[in-house]
Amino acid sequence: MKVAISQLAVRYGATQVIDGLDLSAGPGEILAILGPNGSGKSSLVKAVAGLVPHAGSITFDGEARRPGRIGYMPQDIGARAALTVLETVLLGRLGRLGLRVGEADLAAVDAVLTELGLHRLAARYLGELSGGQRQLVFLAQALAAEPRLLMLDEPISALDVRHQLEVLEIVRRLTVARRLTTLVVLHDLNMAARFADAVAVIRNGRLARFGAPADVIDEAMLAQVFGVEASVALAGDGRPNVTPLRASRH
Amino acid sequence: MTDVLLAPLAQPRAEGIAALHGAIARRRAMVLLAGSLGLVASLVLDVATGPAFLSPADVVRSLAGMAGERSVDAIVWSIRLPVAFVALVVGAALGLSGAIMQTILNNPLASSYTLGVSAGAGFGAALVIVIGVALPVPEAYAVPVMAFLFAGLACAGVYAIGQTRDASPEMLVLGGIALLFLFQALLSLLQFVASPEALQQIVFWLFGSLQKATWGKLAIILLVLVACVPCLMRDAWRLTALKLGDERARGLGVDVRRLRLRCFALVSALTGVAVAFVGTIGFIGLVAPHVARMLVGEDQRSFLPASALFGALLLSLASIASKTVLPGAIVPIGIVTSLVGVPFFVWLTVSCRRAFW
Repeated sequence: MKVAISQLAVRYGATQVIDGLDLSAGPGEILAILGPNGSGKSSLVKAVAGLVPHAGSITFDGEARRPGRIGYMPQDIGARAALTVLETVLLGRLGRLGLRVGEADLAAVDAVLTELGLHRLAARYLGELSGGQRQLVFLAQALAAEPRLLMLDEPISALDVRHQLEVLEIVRRLTVARRLTTLVVLHDLNMAARFADAVAVIRNGRLARFGAPADVIDEAMLAQVFGVEASVALAGDGRPNVTPLRASRH
Repeated sequence: MTDVLLAPLAQPRAEGIAALHGAIARRRAMVLLAGSLGLVASLVLDVATGPAFLSPADVVRSLAGMAGERSVDAIVWSIRLPVAFVALVVGAALGLSGAIMQTILNNPLASSYTLGVSAGAGFGAALVIVIGVALPVPEAYAVPVMAFLFAGLACAGVYAIGQTRDASPEMLVLGGIALLFLFQALLSLLQFVASPEALQQIVFWLFGSLQKATWGKLAIILLVLVACVPCLMRDAWRLTALKLGDERARGLGVDVRRLRLRCFALVSALTGVAVAFVGTIGFIGLVAPHVARMLVGEDQRSFLPASALFGALLLSLASIASKTVLPGAIVPIGIVTSLVGVPFFVWLTVSCRRAFW
């Protein structure tokens, strides 16, 4: 699915958080959204998900109507509820669930739990899980929707490095295999460089840079947008590798 | 997980998850069945308990139409059965409304009693009692009608205050607490200006009592309960999603604002009709959802029926206690629920799994 964003603007009261932003992402593609804290990354994803009022246009395969199958994983993972992992993941298929849960829904949940290695946690209550485990459960919930458009807001922030790699590998593989359009907000520049097809860097609600990781992630951008002195080397696969050195003096 | 990465896309292996889902559903059904059996036993005991001694066997024979003695039938069918059934339906209505409140406000302290809805109904009833002589309709009708209307007014007030900040749970809870204090203050004012007779009536109404139950009142409460249940069950999954927070629920496609509005209307009807006929009864709406949560979790397909069931059971047990704690006297039910409810609630909260809230 082709997602095209044109002149997007989001305002919370008197605060303009996104102002005149143009972006696009296509099927089978991961678009990583980068930027400093408070730059408008989450608001961008929420606007695409239809969760905040906005101006400008967002089209899905050329149409303004959002597709039914959207997988959205918000940043917050602090939910405390007496719900099992199985019930939580089933909620990803909310629009299709009846009082009696069908076999197709259980099969879809089974597949995604297997995919993320969560099978053994299926009967556990959410509140009994660690933050990282909850993050995986909510990723499973987003995937259980069998989405065509997948939006993940900091999906690896609570995970150890092994799980970060594994989760992004899975997202990458599903994006390619199922031709998903995936928007993922990340703070880890190297993960973005490694797994994304395109990178959008946002600063103060405006698009600072947009393009392939190797074209966008460079020392000048890091200094200008993040205020960081860093060395950027290209790895064997041509993707940039960032070593932060120090915060720049303003 | 790493092995899975190297394999092709996982094939559905539904028997494991389907079996687990079936096992969870069966366990919850067993809890509901055990609660239902407890309810039947409690109903029989409630009917058997009272100034005139009846054995549970007498009650069962009378219910089956084989009592043999007219006096037993008269006591069972005309006096005690309506009271026992009203305890069940009022308990169910209060348990259900508490469960809805705790879910839509994502707050374990929420109930009609703690967020001003019952206090609103109490004020409405007291208003009629104080100005009763000036009303064109008999007080016996005006009191429940005004209690019902003021319960609705309190609900609308809570929602209107919450609306100022997008009907967020925090704002709705603050609105409820503000209205609780407002109606309590207004009630105190009415008590201050009331005549000694009116004051006595107000106090007795506020205690809560099942003794004025009739088959007609039972039918009205039951009708409201039966009308509300399908509306709630239709929203069961959406309410379950709301337990994960507003943003996540919206992300799953739930129109959170409309869902809350619908639920507030149902809480208003359930609390209003329950309180209108029996007075303010505390703690059932708070405690029953906690019992349900401990036993069946918060999948609302089980949580809502379980809250209604345990609300009914708790009020039925309180009804028995109200007739037995003081020999020869019937203690108002509201006093019993609060006295027994407080230690029970403390025990529940201490023993509840941390993971739940």
